[in-house]
Order: sequence, then structure tokens, then C-alpha cells
Amino acid sequence: MARAVTTQRKALNTTLAWIIGLLIFFPILWTILTSFKTEAEAIANPPVFLFFDWTLENYAVVQERSNYMRFLWNSVIIAGGSTILGVLIAVPAAWSMAFVPSRRTKDILLWMLSTKMLPAVGVLYPIYLLCIQLGVLDNRLALVVILMLINLPIIVWMLYTYFREIPGEILEAARMDGAGLKEEILYVLTPMAIPGIASTLLLNFILAWNEAFWTLNLTSVDAAPLTAFIASYSSPEGLFFAKLSAASTMAIAPILILGWFSQKQLVRGLTFGAVK
Amino acid sequence: MGRITLDKVQKAFGEVEVIPPLDLTIEDGEFVVFVGPSGCGKSTLLRLIAGLEDVTGGQIRIDGNDATSVPPAKRGLAMVFQSYALYPHMSVRKNIAFPLRMAKMEQAEQDRRVQAAADVLNLSDYIDRRPGQLSGGQRQRVAIGRAIVREPSAFLFDEPLSNLDAALRHGMRLEISELHKRLDTTMIYVTHDQVEAMTMADKIVVLQAGVIEQVGSPLELYKTPRNLFVAGFIGSPKMNFFDGAEAAKHDAHTIGIRPEHLTVSTTEGMWKGTVGVAEHLGSDTFMHIHPEANPSETITVRVGGEFSATHGDTVFLTPASDNIHRFDADGMRMG
Amino acid sequence: MATQHSRSAARIMMAPAVFLLLVWMLVPLSMTLWFSVRSYLPLRGGDQGFVGLENFTRFVTSSAFWPAILTTLIIVGGVLLISIVFGILLAMLLDQPMWGQGVVRILVIAPFFVMPTVSALVWKNMFMDPVNGLFAHLWRFFGADPIVWLSDASVFSIIMIVSWQWLPFATLILLTAIQSLDSEQLEAAEMDGANPLARFAFITLPHLSRAITIVILIQTIFLLAVFAEIFVTTGGAFGTRTLTYLIYQRVLESQNVGLGSAGGVYAIILANIVALFLMRIVGKNLDR
Ligand SMILES: Nc1ncnc2c1ncn2[C@@H]1O[C@H](COP(=O)(O)OP(=O)(O)OP(=O)(O)O)[C@@H](O)[C@H]1O
Ligand SMILES: [Mg+2]
Repeated sequence: MARAVTTQRKALNTTLAWIIGLLIFFPILWTILTSFKTEAEAIANPPVFLFFDWTLENYAVVQERSNYMRFLWNSVIIAGGSTILGVLIAVPAAWSMAFVPSRRTKDILLWMLSTKMLPAVGVLYPIYLLCIQLGVLDNRLALVVILMLINLPIIVWMLYTYFREIPGEILEAARMDGAGLKEEILYVLTPMAIPGIASTLLLNFILAWNEAFWTLNLTSVDAAPLTAFIASYSSPEGLFFAKLSAASTMAIAPILILGWFSQKQLVRGLTFGAVK
Repeated sequence: MGRITLDKVQKAFGEVEVIPPLDLTIEDGEFVVFVGPSGCGKSTLLRLIAGLEDVTGGQIRIDGNDATSVPPAKRGLAMVFQSYALYPHMSVRKNIAFPLRMAKMEQAEQDRRVQAAADVLNLSDYIDRRPGQLSGGQRQRVAIGRAIVREPSAFLFDEPLSNLDAALRHGMRLEISELHKRLDTTMIYVTHDQVEAMTMADKIVVLQAGVIEQVGSPLELYKTPRNLFVAGFIGSPKMNFFDGAEAAKHDAHTIGIRPEHLTVSTTEGMWKGTVGVAEHLGSDTFMHIHPEANPSETITVRVGGEFSATHGDTVFLTPASDNIHRFDADGMRMG
Repeated sequence: MATQHSRSAARIMMAPAVFLLLVWMLVPLSMTLWFSVRSYLPLRGGDQGFVGLENFTRFVTSSAFWPAILTTLIIVGGVLLISIVFGILLAMLLDQPMWGQGVVRILVIAPFFVMPTVSALVWKNMFMDPVNGLFAHLWRFFGADPIVWLSDASVFSIIMIVSWQWLPFATLILLTAIQSLDSEQLEAAEMDGANPLARFAFITLPHLSRAITIVILIQTIFLLAVFAEIFVTTGGAFGTRTLTYLIYQRVLESQNVGLGSAGGVYAIILANIVALFLMRIVGKNLDR
């Protein structure tokens, strides 16, 4: 039983937590606010907080100048494609490990995790070279595959931990009812695991969306997603704060919203079930 | 049809042999109950028949056809699990229709059969609910409904009633028995509940450590247990056993007398003893009596109706002479 | 559950994932190993043959190596220290009863979802810019000379940016762990006369030890690979060249693939040492 706490104490906690929370959130808030200012207001000293002439002009400029939509579309395809492909490959694998465990299951799981630990920079050139030779440098499909492979261990692990909570008897019942393997997975396991699969999709979509090593090094124009779009603002252009803010807001807004939904899964997914 | 034959069926998990080679024939339309202590391999045997586990050796025939390596879906058997194993994301209707859907039966026929099953099992009022919104007894009925719609050649039940409370258990027991009478389909039923075994079975199979100790009708097992294990296992309260001098009087190594085959008197009888605990059930009285000859032992007696006796009272016991079971040194029945 | 059918099905169903990851691991890894023992300069003569371990010794003896290692250690250590210490404090605060707990949690976790390039750029320009950044305004308000963050306090600035991104992660995991602490334990200790500090030291902290270890290991693996934050802020200048960045420069900027690959092998070894500990813990968790 949690004990009742004095109102005073609660008020103190609340104040402190809100101050710290807002402080941590401030850079994001400030970016969003600045995106609605004019360039002059954006660098004004003292800074203006809320009382400025709200304008959408920056968004229009950013879209016009760098074709935001194309980058956004690339991000959606790369993050979405790699996540969906990953789940399609991971569901059967996780089914096997959760419901037909063998002596090697644990080793295979840990080995998969170990591939995730491979530092990207260690294999940068080989991948770069392979992409050139296969003619897929700056290619969306190549990035879909690479990001899928990077996140596949996390996807398998997350699905595995969700599947393990489903009693095997239900799958056996399906087998007795005449379901083949395909039907068992399609009609019984998958619908039962929908919440887990959704969380897995969500978290991995976010991770893929924010991935900034391969997306920066393997793209230039055609396949460049939002990470590259923003990186292009590191040039002196970036000194236009309001436009930089508008671009940043556009890059993070969709994912920030998804992220808030996936906090719980984050713990489970990124700690491989070791913290509950 | 549903004649199931196990021929030298054997099962080992790795090194551990859970079921040594075992022969058993289950006739078409029979209600067979597997009983035995926990861990003796009842579920394993059932799952071997279902095809959910591979046999390590031997052959399983269903209606004369070798089914040993036929996958569970193709054996034409239906199973009801202890946990019910209902599909939580489907309505009752969809749950029951699932085997039909898997068999790609046409929709009209599916609906007809689901409705018929729901009527039989009194499920019509809940047909569009999800399993999560049902009580234990209702869930059990859905699981049975799912099993009967596909008209299997045999039903397999693994302790289907053990999650229910006593009253419901009684009700469901009757329903399953009635279902068996009506469908006239082979049923194999695993339980460790005495009463279920005795009341429902045509044939009881007593298992211990994967070995069949005896197969027979409930009364056969009750009247002529083949060995000490069966004698002690079947019947409640348990049979009383006596070694030594008392047994020697009957030319046996051990003799057994059921609690209901002892008469109690406060005045005279064969053995004198004092009452330890008396359990008054109203309909019966169970008395645990310490014999004078050997006070550390306990003899259980069952007396019909009320018998007024309390702790410390002196009583006399007399066994019914034609109900004494005699066993030899190997624990096997004599005569 | 396991029949021959299901076991062979399981093997087939596992095959694509295992095969893909095997290829993903082995092909680039063996290529890196191959390049690391050759003199390979794609723009200056291509593959000039086997050179033994020369690349490995050259990589280690180059003047950039030890500073890069030092920078890596400082950045990784700094971020770990900040995120663990503040993570524990913050998690304990968020565990207390308060109004609007859910909202505060959302505020705190938000930075983790910000793409690294964005967070680096926002910090670099809008906060750390020596002329127009908020910090510059703040410093001038107090009459001080603005600091040129990214050149004068470059490593510290990077640590700050990266910590801002990873503190939420640490907080969230530690909060999850704290919430699983049985409050009766704390009450029992209180009955035994333990003061708040003792309760923290003897009950809360030991309870958190596993979560802390996990945070350290996982963050270390990610922090060793920090790239975008340096790429868009200093580009490796002003002493912010980490091992990862050094390898990146050798491979893609100076196109010395042999040398870079040798560095890559070092990075792989380093990451594997950390990973080994992580897998121990995660592996134990599988045995329940
Ligand atoms: N998958 C398995 N791997 C290893 N041993 C097993 C496995 N399944 C069952 N066993 C062992 O086989 C023996 C028989 O188990 P089984 O489940 O058939 O017992 P049971 O008679 O159904 O018991 P209960 O009445 O408790 O349900 C037990 O000793 C059990 O430990
Ligand atoms: Mg059992």
C-alpha cells in the first residue's frame, strides 16, 4: 500500500518535477516556437517567448527550397519498409523460438543480439563498397534492407518476449482444430499478439526513422531521408534559425508523437527484456 | 467410428523414459478414463494420441489406420484442454466455428452446426461474447462446443473440470456423460478425481509411472483390484491394509479392507480400538481408529448415516469376511 | 509441444532471420578483416597488396589515435556519469506522488525521440551559437563574454548534447526498475529505523543495480558509435574526434580503406568486450 502523502509534500514534488521536466523539454519547445517566428525575432535579444507575430512563412520556405516532402517520403519508406520487412521475417523466427524451444534457442537469441553490437563504423567500407558494386548507393531499397538487418535482432527479441506470454496450449488447440502452420500463425498467434506486434512496429519505426549513420553515409540525393535533410542545414544556411526550426519541427514532430505512445515498449525493447 | 489402438507405444523426453512400451485398445464409442497420481504420464499419453507429441517407439492406430506420424490436424480427434485454450480474440461463435473454418466448410453449414452445438450446450445467450466475458463453466462449455462441431472420431479431455468449483464440476460431469450417451463417440478422459473416474467411465485405465496397472470397468477395479496400487488408488476413503499376523490368518502377505466393509460397534467386535478423529458428514461418518494392538496405525471406517462417537471413545471393528482382499508378497492379488 | 513436424517447421521458419543475420555479420566482417591487412587506397592506386599487420600498427601509432581514444573515453564516461546520476535522481523524483505525473514523464522522455541530427543542430545553433544563441544572450545578460562553445568547450558541449538525448532513456529504465521495488521492503526498513539515506543506500540502490548495469552496457554500445552529433557540429575538429569518427575519416574522407579497416577491427573488439558483459546479464534473464 502506498501511503498517503501530505499535500505539501506532493506540491513540492510536483513543482520540482515540472521545473525539471520543462527544462529538459525546453530545447524542443523552443525549436517549435522559433519555427513560427520571423528570422529577426528568432535571434532577438532579449529573446521573445510567446508574444511575437506568429507566421507559417518558414514552413513554406523550407518546403519550397529543399522539397521537404521528398525527404519525408524517403523517411517513411525507409523506416516503414525496414520495419514491416523486419517483422515479416521476425514473426516466424520468434514463433519458433517461443513455442518450439530447443537447447540452442538461447544461444541463437544471444548471437542475434551480438550482431546488433557490431559497430557500424567497423563495417562501413565493406557495405559502402558492396552498395557501389551492386549499384545501390543512394538507393531506398538498399537502406530498407540495411536498417531492417540492424533492427532485426530487436524485433525478434521483442516479439519473442511477447509470444512467450501466450500459452502454448492455445496453439495446440488450433492444431487439433485442423489448423496448419500458416493458419495457426495467421489466425491465432498474430491476432493474439497484435498489441505486442504493434509495439514492436512502433518502436522499430522510431529507431529506423532516427538512424543517422547509414542514412547519412549511404545516401546523397535520391534516397536521402530527413536525417540527411536536416544535416544539410549544418551549412551556414543553418544560421537562419527560424527556418532551421521549421525544418527540425517537421522532421521530429511525427516521431515525437509516436514516441510518446511507445515509452513502455522502449524499456522492454531496448533492454531485451532484462528490465521489467 | 473411433477405435484407437496403442501398440507398444513408448515415450521418452531425452534420457527420461516417461512411458515404457504400452499396449491399449480403446473400443469405438467407449468412455475411457485415465487415472493415476500426478506426474504418472496421463497427459503425455493423451498428447501422444492427439499427435501433439511424437512417440519414441510403437504405433498408434485409429480405426485400423496407422496414425503414428499423422499430424494432429489430420487425426480427426478433438481435444478439450484443462485451461480451455479458447481463442481470446474470437467470439464464442467464431471459437466454435474455427475447426469448421479450417476444414473450409461452407458458411451455411458452419452456421447450422455452430447453432446446433450452442443449443446443446446452452450457449446461445453468450454466442457473441468473447471468452474473457464468460464464467469458468461457460468457457468449459465453449471448449466442448468447439470440440463437438467437427464431429470427431474421438474426444480427448485433459482434466477438463479441475478449474471449476465443486458444484459446477458436478453439473459438467453430468453434461459430459450425457453428451457421451447422445453422441456415442469415443471419449478419452484424463483426471485424478476418483469420483469422475468411477461415475463417468466405461473403462478405467490406472497408470503409475507410465505403466498400466489395470484396465477394467469401475466396478471391476473396485471389486477386484489387481494389485496393491490399484486397491489403494481406487476407492475413497482409501482401503485399509494390514500386514503380519492379521494377514497371515488369511494366508496372505497383505490384506486390504475398504472402510465401508468394516462394521463398528461400541460393545463387541473383532478388533478393539479408540477413536482418533470422527468426521461427521451427515450422510456418512468417517472414523479414524487407532487399534489397541498397534495404536500408531490408523484404520479408516465408513459408517452410513450418523454415528455418535468422539475422540477417545472405545469401539470395536469387524470386517465383512467376503470383502477381504488378499495380496501376495509382490503385492499382486491372490484368489 | 514439440513433434518432429513442429521442430522441422521451426527450423525452416527460423532460417530466413538466421541466414540474413549471418550474411550481414560475416560478409562485411570478413571484408573488413581482408582490407585491414592490405594497403588499399581506392583513389590512389587501389589495392596494393598484402601488408601484414602494418595497418594495425600504423593506426595505433598515428598521432591521432591516443587523443581519439581519450576523447572517446571522456565522452562515453561523461555521458554515462551524467545520465546515471541524474537518471537515478529523476527516476526517484518521478516515482513520488504528484500532479500531472504522466505529462512530466512525456516531457522528460521526449528528447530520446529527437533525431540525432536535429538535436545536434538545434543545440549547435540555437543554444550554443556564440552570437545569437540563447546561451550567448544569457551570458551577456549577466555581463559575461559569451563562450564559443563548440570550439572552446567542444568536448563538454558534445557531452551535453548527447547526455540530453540519453538521460531520458536512463531515467525511463531506472523508473521502471524503481516501480518494481516492493514498497513493503522500504516500509520494513523504516520500521527497522533506517533513515532515508540509509534506505536509499541499502535498499533502493541495490535493487537498481541490475538496471544500472543494463543502462551502462546498452548506452556504452550506442555511445561508442556516436556519429551524427559530431558530424553536424564540429566535424571532428577541436578535439572531438572519437575513435568512430577517426575511422570514418580514414575510410571515407581520406579514402585509406586498409588503415580504416584496421581501426574498424579495433572498434569491433572494443564493442565486443562490452557486449560480452551485456549478454551475460540478458542471458541469465532467459533462464527463468
Ligand atoms: N516436455 C517435457 N519434457 C520433459 N519431461 C516432461 C515433459 N512433459 C512431461 N514431462 C514429464 O513426464 C512425466 C509425466 O508428465 P504428465 O504431464 O504426463 O503427467 P500427468 O500424469 O499428466 O500429471 P498431472 O496429473 O500432474 O497432470 C512427468 O514426470 C513430467 O515431468
Ligand atoms: Mg496432466
